[in-house]
Amino acid sequence: MLEELQFGFPLLSVLIFLPLIGALLLWPQKDQDLLKKSALGIAVLELILAALLLFRFIPDSAAMQFSERHAWIPPLGISYHIAVDGISILFVGLTAFLTVMIVLYSWDSVAENLKLYLMSVLALEMTIMGIFMSIDLILFFVFWELMLLPSYFLIKIWGVGEQKEYAALKYVLYTLLGSVFMLVGFALLSLNYHDVTNAYSFDFLELLTVPVPVGQQLLIFWFIFMGLAFKAPVFPFHTWLPDALVQGPIGMSVVLAGVKLGTYGFLRFSFPLLPEASKNETVVMIVMALGLIAIVYGAIIAIVQADFRRLLVFSSISHLGFVVIGLFALNFQGIQGSLLQMINLGFTTAGLFFLAGFLYDRTGNTLVDQAGGLASKMPLFATFFLIIGMASIGLPGTNGFIGEFLILLGAFQAHWFYGLVAVSGVIFAASYFLWYYERAIFGPLGEKVPKVLHDLTQRESIIAVSLCVMIFWIGLYPSPFLKMINGSVQAVIDRLERGSVASIEFDKRIAMDAMGRITVKE
Amino acid sequence: MAVLINGFLGHKYSHDLAGRIAFGSVGLSFLCALTVFMGVMADPTPREVIAYSWIFGGDLHVNLGFLIDPLSAVMLMVVTGVGFLIHVYSVGYMHGEEGFTRFFVYMNLFMVSMLLLVMGNNYLVLFIGWEGVGLCSYLLIGYYFHKVSAAKAATKAFVVNRIGDAGFLLAIFLMFVNFKTLDYTKALANVGQLSTEMATAIALCLLVGAIGKSAQIPLYTWLPDAMEGPTPVSALIHAATMVTAGVYMVVRNHVLFDMAPVAMATVGIIGGLTALFAATIGLVQNDIKRVLAYSTVSQLGYMFLACGVGAYTAAIFHLVTHAFFKALLFLSAGAVIHSLNGEQDIRKMGGLSKKIPITYKVFLIGTLAIAGIPPLAGFWSKDEIMAHAFVNHYYVLYLFAAIGAFLTSFYMFRLTYLTFYGQSRVDPEVDKHIHESPPMMTVPLMVLAGLAILGGFMGVPPEHGWLHGFLASVATPLGAVPHEVSMGTLMGLMAVAISIALGGWGLAHYMYSVKPGMADEWSERYAGAYRTFLNKYWVDELYDAIIVEPCKRLGQIWDWFDQNVIDRFIRGIGHGADASGAGITWTEKHVIYAGLNVVGYANHLLAWSWRKLQTGMVHHYAAVIVIGLFILVHFLFVWLLGTSVL
Repeated sequence: MLEELQFGFPLLSVLIFLPLIGALLLWPQKDQDLLKKSALGIAVLELILAALLLFRFIPDSAAMQFSERHAWIPPLGISYHIAVDGISILFVGLTAFLTVMIVLYSWDSVAENLKLYLMSVLALEMTIMGIFMSIDLILFFVFWELMLLPSYFLIKIWGVGEQKEYAALKYVLYTLLGSVFMLVGFALLSLNYHDVTNAYSFDFLELLTVPVPVGQQLLIFWFIFMGLAFKAPVFPFHTWLPDALVQGPIGMSVVLAGVKLGTYGFLRFSFPLLPEASKNETVVMIVMALGLIAIVYGAIIAIVQADFRRLLVFSSISHLGFVVIGLFALNFQGIQGSLLQMINLGFTTAGLFFLAGFLYDRTGNTLVDQAGGLASKMPLFATFFLIIGMASIGLPGTNGFIGEFLILLGAFQAHWFYGLVAVSGVIFAASYFLWYYERAIFGPLGEKVPKVLHDLTQRESIIAVSLCVMIFWIGLYPSPFLKMINGSVQAVIDRLERGSVASIEFDKRIAMDAMGRITVKE
Repeated sequence: MAVLINGFLGHKYSHDLAGRIAFGSVGLSFLCALTVFMGVMADPTPREVIAYSWIFGGDLHVNLGFLIDPLSAVMLMVVTGVGFLIHVYSVGYMHGEEGFTRFFVYMNLFMVSMLLLVMGNNYLVLFIGWEGVGLCSYLLIGYYFHKVSAAKAATKAFVVNRIGDAGFLLAIFLMFVNFKTLDYTKALANVGQLSTEMATAIALCLLVGAIGKSAQIPLYTWLPDAMEGPTPVSALIHAATMVTAGVYMVVRNHVLFDMAPVAMATVGIIGGLTALFAATIGLVQNDIKRVLAYSTVSQLGYMFLACGVGAYTAAIFHLVTHAFFKALLFLSAGAVIHSLNGEQDIRKMGGLSKKIPITYKVFLIGTLAIAGIPPLAGFWSKDEIMAHAFVNHYYVLYLFAAIGAFLTSFYMFRLTYLTFYGQSRVDPEVDKHIHESPPMMTVPLMVLAGLAILGGFMGVPPEHGWLHGFLASVATPLGAVPHEVSMGTLMGLMAVAISIALGGWGLAHYMYSVKPGMADEWSERYAGAYRTFLNKYWVDELYDAIIVEPCKRLGQIWDWFDQNVIDRFIRGIGHGADASGAGITWTEKHVIYAGLNVVGYANHLLAWSWRKLQTGMVHHYAAVIVIGLFILVHFLFVWLLGTSVL
């Protein structure tokens, strides 16, 4: 189905393993200052490489680019196969960007075991890079599970809440429970491949070349769905999120709220591999219902939260509902909007978590009744808070609007009722954000606000400004980003429209044209 | 053309460190707007300028583009002209305020958004401006953010506007579904293909947006509260420009409304009701700005009423004259407040006509204009709206408008009498410091007063004035038949309008000047009505009780539900297996998929981990995941081999 393009230099492998090597290099270091600088250096180098990747990426193309492939477990058709396309390319950039921000943020705010912390953050970056680049299902699964290791320690050791240990284990077990289902789904796909070709394969591109019976597709779809839904998290599998995000350290919250792994999985695997199941009416109706419930449910709960981080958790659940309904609108605008929105949330929701962190570092909490009138003490903080908050609630001119608008347009085209319900989320979003803002940032200075309260430091300002640059760039001139994703979005749409069986007939002709660059197993 | 537009947008974006730069840039854009306007006068064919492709993909393509036609040219003139005067005034008014720069940054941001709103060539650019002005409105209402009431008012304004915006978004979606484009020219050219139902649906969704922004029933409650902002803001945003965006939008889309009689009727009824309803509240308010705020709501109602009876030109005409005299009224009210050191309660004013004569004169001109005393601006535009309602046989609406006009005249003169005539009720402490405002403030007032006197002549003679000719290409209702209305009818209607205005004045004069005790007497005699008006029909309390509070309560209930039911249910899978041994595992095995033991075992593993978690024995996650992975891989192999044998 998809063309593969190679690049002379194994850029993707470097991107995956650079953070790991970097983390190991940090190990023997003793000097705190050098430690911070070298961690930042590694993260920045990674970001530069990721930027290079984005520049060299061919836009408006559905091809798998920068492809690398090495055999790993040949009898089972498992290989080390990595590549990026329009669906994953922006996530690579986002991950590198956020890691730099996290390292910068943690500079002074992490007091204990800084070395281990930075090592964990870099290790986490490696696993996430791996998740986004994996084309092989097992490789994907390995990175997916590996991600739990640094995450677990980050929450457990550097968590800020009382119940951080509980939160860490809960997060891991929930994700694990989901991923077991997912693994079964992957295995079934491979078995089906075996039925057709008499060989095993877990390679995404190879699996695309065989049709999957519709009945089996449904079963596999729900298995994979479980894995992704827990991770995403989709309502009602979200209950680990409040614990992990409130108890965990800000750095981890940024990753969990900003990097939308679960919903990425739908677009990466479920739609192309299981097109008939993905557009099955019952499936769409169930998933849409879950998405719509999440939008309204999350937003309404967010209104009454007294703790800003908990508010963000539920706003995150609400936003994820938007992403889900955009995806399952199954039309161009919906999928395009969802993909872009997943990236946007990495700047907005994650950005708000950073701001929550700035506040937490100063006052020791993010409770609304402990704040009040902060604008007079911290005008810079209040300004950035408003800009990023407005982006989060989708004000036109910011990135949040583009994503939300496309999603809503897509959902509305799928069925006007979806659009109608989802639009209400826009109103609730304004309510929960502005009500918090009114009480915490506006108004007279709260009684419990510390007398001495510094505005943002230079380092914090760099983080906030970087986020704002991205917010306005995507909001006002999204063209480069849209070009990068459009090709692959169109390919997914084509695949969904033709279905897996017809696509294969179609692809065979393509394979002839492309001089056999794609091999179709007979 | 493109250079011109970019030029004046570019100027706006520049961040100003002093008000001088701010009003300089607005003045410059006024000059640009004037040039544009002259260009359109010479050649009224619409011109489009496209800056760049904004959002695209699939069948959607949205440009960041601009459209200049007579309608946007008129709006440009109003926005930049009145905007410029208000900016000049603000430099004087805000002098010495904390956050002077912040104020002008917001004001300029507002101008940019407002210009995007009126110049956009498609619905999405309109929408950027639409929400952009909402944001600026939010920021400027909350300008005195340390005041709780200001902070609350700001939130309320934004959230209520968002309700309207949601409706507007739905209208945009419907447009796209039907036309596959969001450009005005392409979409509106194809309106003929729509069924009446679809046109009605789109028009009603647009209307929801319009009533949010233009503060009509039932979404008007934010505007009176918006008076928490500095007075120039109330003049610019909450009287002259932003709140008229809804009217602009309806006129822009009038071909849609023309196709949908139901939507038209709704527009007219909402407008008429609002005009009357807000006027009754305005009768008894004691805050000088609040009276003006309700008056704005009421006047906007007239504009909607005009749209509802198909008198689009009259709507724009009233929009323009209203911008002149309401900006004038607000600014001179600001001058009053300024000279009284922040006092806004008219019960603590009185007898100011001698002390601040310039302010008094311009305020009086504004009052005469809004009350509809000829030949001032308000008379011509309001009379035209009422005449249209009458000759098109909307007698009920005419009646609403007529009563509204009487009340308008009454409450405006009441305001004038209480503020400027009679005994001074000013605090003695404040009294000593009463002073006329600096020229920086009075000059714009005088210019506006001139416009309030002369502005009406652009629409004279009625139906055939200069403005009518200018807007003919963009505001003529679809399939309109020119009415043959006798001169006698028109003159008669005019006479009625004049006597209504004079009647209101007379009553106010009698109650507040001749027999000052009468007002109190009446408020006691009609205590029920008085209290209803004074408390604004308890609409705010009603909305709180039926929308805001239930939402919060629902949030609390769901929050509990989330922690105690959903979470427990998901955890229950683990606990269940733990408690009932193999029971759940067995069910899982059979219910989910008979052959997939993996699930059951994973559950087992989970249950075991949970138990360890509960007793607090296991802290080494690594062990868990290694064992877990081992088991998973193990089962995978067993299972793969098992089935492959089959």
